[in-house]
Amino acid sequence: MQERIPFYILVLLLICIGLGSAIYRHLSLEIPWLPGETREIWSVEARLEFVADGDAVVAQMAIPDTQPGFTLLEQATASPGYGLSYLTEEQLPAVRWSVQKAYGKQVLYYRATFLLDSKQTEAWPPPPEVLPAPILPEPITLAALAMIEQAQARSADQITLAAQLMNALGSEDQQVALLRQNRSLAEAALLLMQFASIPARQVTAVPLRHNRRNQDSVPYLMVYSGDQVAFFNLETGKEGRPARLLIWEMEDQPLIDLVGGSNTRVSFSMLREVVKIQTALEEKYADVSAMQVSLHSLPLEEQKLFRGLLLIPVGVVVVMIMRVLVGLRTSGTFMPVLMALALMQTTLGAGLAGFVLVVMTGLVVRGYLSRLNLLLVGRISAVIIVVILLTATFSVIAYNLRIVEGLNIIFFPMIIIAWTIERLSLLWEEEGPKEVLKQGGGSLIVALLAYTLMSNHYIQHLTFNFPGLQFVLLAIVLILGSYTGYRCIELIRFSPFNSADQEKGK
Amino acid sequence: MKWLISPRRLRELGVLGMNRRNIEYIGGHNERRLFPLVDDKLKTKELAINAGLNVPRLVGVIRYQHEIHDIETLLHNQAAFCIKPSKGSGGKGILVIHDHDDQQYYKPNNQALSLADIQRHTSNILAGLFSLGGQPDKAIIEDLIHFDDRFIRYSYEGVPDIRIIVFRGFPVMAMTRLSTAASDGKANLHQGAVGVGIDIATGCASHAVQFDRPVTHHPDTGTALEEVAIPDWHHLLYMAARCFEMTGLGYLGVDVVLDAYKGPMLLELNARPGLAIQIANHQGLRLRLKTISKMESLALTPDDRVAFVQSRFGVPVN
Repeated sequence: MQERIPFYILVLLLICIGLGSAIYRHLSLEIPWLPGETREIWSVEARLEFVADGDAVVAQMAIPDTQPGFTLLEQATASPGYGLSYLTEEQLPAVRWSVQKAYGKQVLYYRATFLLDSKQTEAWPPPPEVLPAPILPEPITLAALAMIEQAQARSADQITLAAQLMNALGSEDQQVALLRQNRSLAEAALLLMQFASIPARQVTAVPLRHNRRNQDSVPYLMVYSGDQVAFFNLETGKEGRPARLLIWEMEDQPLIDLVGGSNTRVSFSMLREVVKIQTALEEKYADVSAMQVSLHSLPLEEQKLFRGLLLIPVGVVVVMIMRVLVGLRTSGTFMPVLMALALMQTTLGAGLAGFVLVVMTGLVVRGYLSRLNLLLVGRISAVIIVVILLTATFSVIAYNLRIVEGLNIIFFPMIIIAWTIERLSLLWEEEGPKEVLKQGGGSLIVALLAYTLMSNHYIQHLTFNFPGLQFVLLAIVLILGSYTGYRCIELIRFSPFNSADQEKGK
Repeated sequence: MKWLISPRRLRELGVLGMNRRNIEYIGGHNERRLFPLVDDKLKTKELAINAGLNVPRLVGVIRYQHEIHDIETLLHNQAAFCIKPSKGSGGKGILVIHDHDDQQYYKPNNQALSLADIQRHTSNILAGLFSLGGQPDKAIIEDLIHFDDRFIRYSYEGVPDIRIIVFRGFPVMAMTRLSTAASDGKANLHQGAVGVGIDIATGCASHAVQFDRPVTHHPDTGTALEEVAIPDWHHLLYMAARCFEMTGLGYLGVDVVLDAYKGPMLLELNARPGLAIQIANHQGLRLRLKTISKMESLALTPDDRVAFVQSRFGVPVN
């Protein structure tokens, strides 16, 4: 047993690598263990409307970027006649439209698609510097300081302090009235934060609601406390950030900066699309290469190919289990796997019926060929041609009978069928029909079993999304390959030994 | 449960399973490069002749398709013969003709074949129809074995052969396979031939099975199988033991036939001998194999080894 230790270490290593890579992919790329998970993709359209003065126009609009909770997938604009540039390297990402001459009502569109992404770890922008409080008439300063003092007594840190202040601003207090004289709630709030030395900024947010048009943005107050960030709705004074609140602009800047026009209005419309997680992840990682090397990066056609290829090891393991543990005999070691692959292209019933039909007819034809005294190669070639003719015939018949599934027979590997026919026919001649039924039936059972597993939704999901699991399959195959115990069939075969002991006892 | 046996019981009885045979015995004691020596019957024959062992006389070898046309002249002077693929397995593709008049060739059951049938069969052999992995093959034509009269009562149509499992040069277990009507004159157990376990010490029958179930009489000839006794048993064991030095294969199935005139003859060797011999003997192989695995010095002569197994592995007389 000593020399087996490196072997078991290898097996263990393979299992660790396999499971490790799968867990890594699950955690870092958020690929779910089970299929069927969905994600939301939002397309948000900003509509900028203004009246141009008839001269050169430069319109600059802040645009949103990837942020906690949202991943920017793509963006586009519609603005006929306007020159366009994205200012994404600026501190405040923006899009700038320009035109030499414009007159009258102008409408410009900007659209961004976002993945609603709870795993997005992009950091918020750093907190703004706290500026010294402005010099205001004394009653106002005193009122502000009094409010802060009251709030401080009832708070623990900057965020709770901000919450208390926002609460206080909502009340009908005399101090508040003083503070809010000639000031909007937003301005009053920012002023209070300044007095309290809390880093805070006003941001523009867009609450996402499916299929809404003509929505206005909502101003939010963003308050920093160390690494933490809190949001306060500046219209209602309420704290918190709903999951579907997209922060459109977060640098204390106006949304629009327009030169050469007036009567600006920005409105938003949005649309939700629920997509499979694969689609969502593909888009999210579309341009992240190296580390995230994944089958999803391949063209669709190749992806489909690999989807099938990666299932073959599952079938191979089934064959190994059936042969090594159970002891079933199949005609052609891995023929059942190929058959299962073919069955996956067709529907089960039609595929099986087609297969049995073709093989049976093939056997009859092969029976005649064997009387023609041909060389082996010639005979197999003849069988291949006959098999193809048969498939064509059955397909046409099936089509005319309106059984469209019949067409799927063409997915069967012709050469494999021809060899199966040849082998079974030889078996028939040499060992009789019983052995044909045994091996043919064995192959069918194994093929069906392999098919059941390979067509399973979960297994397909796992093999394709976690290619590392192939290492686990490899380890299983290695273990099975070194299994020296009895096969199930042998427990029946050797059952005459049941009487062995009694005889010795005599 | 009569039709099922627990793996624990099997292990206690030392019954060897297919997986363990493949990994521990074939994989562990038979070097891959030596396989061609036994997979190609022509090579085995040469080896045996060089080692001084008796083999059936070679009538001719057909290597190429065009030689098939001349097969008639080759067979003209040979009344009884058999054609077999050189690399065949499991007795596949063996055609036995016991008489012919150059037009009609008669099988042992008197079924007549035409020359064209013979030629087609030979052509199939060359194309690799019966060979391992379908590789191109040679057809061997050899002298037919002459029935030993002492055996005629025990076999239906075919010649019984004796299979001896040789492990590291020690003949550990033996059986004879008697063809039946069910097996169509072939000596393959899974086709219905009777397997008679032979006591290594004496060469006498110890147990018999057909289709893996115990039998006491031959189903066709009706003779009691417990009377089966192999003449010249010691020499047979010696021949089997020699095959180890001859091939270098540690786990080997040696097939021997008894010819009425020439005595025991080596028919073929098998690097992957089956496990049915255990059922025929009603004995597991593993205990004997373990005994031999434990032996330190293997610098024994074939005679020593035969003496060893005869003293150790005999069935105790009740």
